[in-house]
Amino acid sequence: MGKKTALYASHLAANAKIVDFAGWEMPLHYGSQVQEHHQVRQDAGVFDVSHMTIVDMTGQTVPAFLRQVLANNIDVLTPGKALYTCMLNEQGGVIDDLIVYKMDDNFYRLVVNSATRDKDLAWLNAHAKEDSLKLAERTDLAMLAIQGPKVRHKLATLFDPTPLQAILDLKSFHAVTLGSLFIARTGYTGEDGFEIILPIAEAPALWEKLVAANIQPCGLGARDTLRLEAGLNLYGADMDEAVTPLESNLGWTVAWEPKERAFIGREALEKQQQAGLKRRLVGLVLLEQGVLRNHQKVIIEGMSAGEITSGSFSPTLNKGIALARVPVTIGAQCLVEIRGKQYPAQVIKPPFVRQGKNNTVAIA
Amino acid sequence: MNSVPKKLQYSKTHEWVRKDDDILTVGITDHAQTMLGDLVYVELPEPESSLESGQECAVVESVKAAADIYSPVSGEVIEINEALFETPQLINDDPYGKGWLFRVRPYENDSPHLLNSEQYSKQVASEAH
Repeated sequence: MGKKTALYASHLAANAKIVDFAGWEMPLHYGSQVQEHHQVRQDAGVFDVSHMTIVDMTGQTVPAFLRQVLANNIDVLTPGKALYTCMLNEQGGVIDDLIVYKMDDNFYRLVVNSATRDKDLAWLNAHAKEDSLKLAERTDLAMLAIQGPKVRHKLATLFDPTPLQAILDLKSFHAVTLGSLFIARTGYTGEDGFEIILPIAEAPALWEKLVAANIQPCGLGARDTLRLEAGLNLYGADMDEAVTPLESNLGWTVAWEPKERAFIGREALEKQQQAGLKRRLVGLVLLEQGVLRNHQKVIIEGMSAGEITSGSFSPTLNKGIALARVPVTIGAQCLVEIRGKQYPAQVIKPPFVRQGKNNTVAIA
Repeated sequence: MNSVPKKLQYSKTHEWVRKDDDILTVGITDHAQTMLGDLVYVELPEPESSLESGQECAVVESVKAAADIYSPVSGEVIEINEALFETPQLINDDPYGKGWLFRVRPYENDSPHLLNSEQYSKQVASEAH
């Protein structure tokens, strides 16, 4: 039996189809993952993402430590602000992608993937040599993501005017602490919304309140198609330790300035840039009806030249879509091999969908 | 529980078969569509094409996975359910009715080896363990 979140009973009561996800028993869907996808694009949905690993780091040396282990630079953060970043190995390979929140000058919160929990904690601990640095995994906390264009409106019935205003005033990648709730304007769907971190004991009651406010439970199936349409990478599929952020459409998350900040992986990334990037991550839209799948071959000029890293079906576009790692020289079209046959696909710069609308623009 | 109508016959690979005179209609079972989830794409055999028993002759794809469909019999395809190209979801909504896949006229002397509803239900139950 896998690990269960505080909301497991709520999922069963809502007829969830439960699947194993990185050792957790998580809801795949509650009936129809396509319906849940549309619900988030058009209205509002709530996801249990309590399987994510929350790590609180405290101590005077935390900022210096994070400047070293993260490829993005925490010095741009003020208290209550968040940053998306990769954590790299010496070769520039991606150990994980994560969100780091600055809680206070010497207090940062990291939210990392559950599938990489063990190696992330091992890496952090191995590099956290200073005694003054405290690292605590917060298994006492649950996490809910409420996502969709109508979320803001629906929160009005759930909070008193003062805290409600504090939530609605949050800018993207900003967070606020309201009593026992830590609420951030972040997400993994490409829609507006919030992620709420709270004590496990309070999670079922909040879940019930959100559902009662017509924020519909949505499973990990919809979460995956939503993030793919939004062009957001999935760790372990679209990037891993064998590739760098530069090869993963994540060059924007690498902070090169100041030059003297010697973060782990920097040298390798600089060498890769000087040598010239050979591969990059692009979006593919299948031009005929069908579904793209992980590991299908991308064919350019008759040669197998790349591979789909995340393929699926876009409920919004009603087309097969994918992220694929391909030569940087790829043109506006390529072929994808599906069951031994080749089908044309358009090459685009992700995202596929922006604010609920088709955003597929061909790469020149 | 998924439905397993008594009047139909079943293959081990989760197709159902209905016999009307000498014509067989083929689809996928309620259990199969539940396991796959929302269907979003189908490939069906060419009308008038010839199928071998056990041949991969169609594909149904959900958001999550692709599944091959095997012909339960050797015969000629006489009709395909073209409505599925536009609305694959019919398979989820009505697997034994509007979600049928294709109709085949078996060649003489070929009678398929199929399970009755009770045998199929037992197989599904055993797969769950």
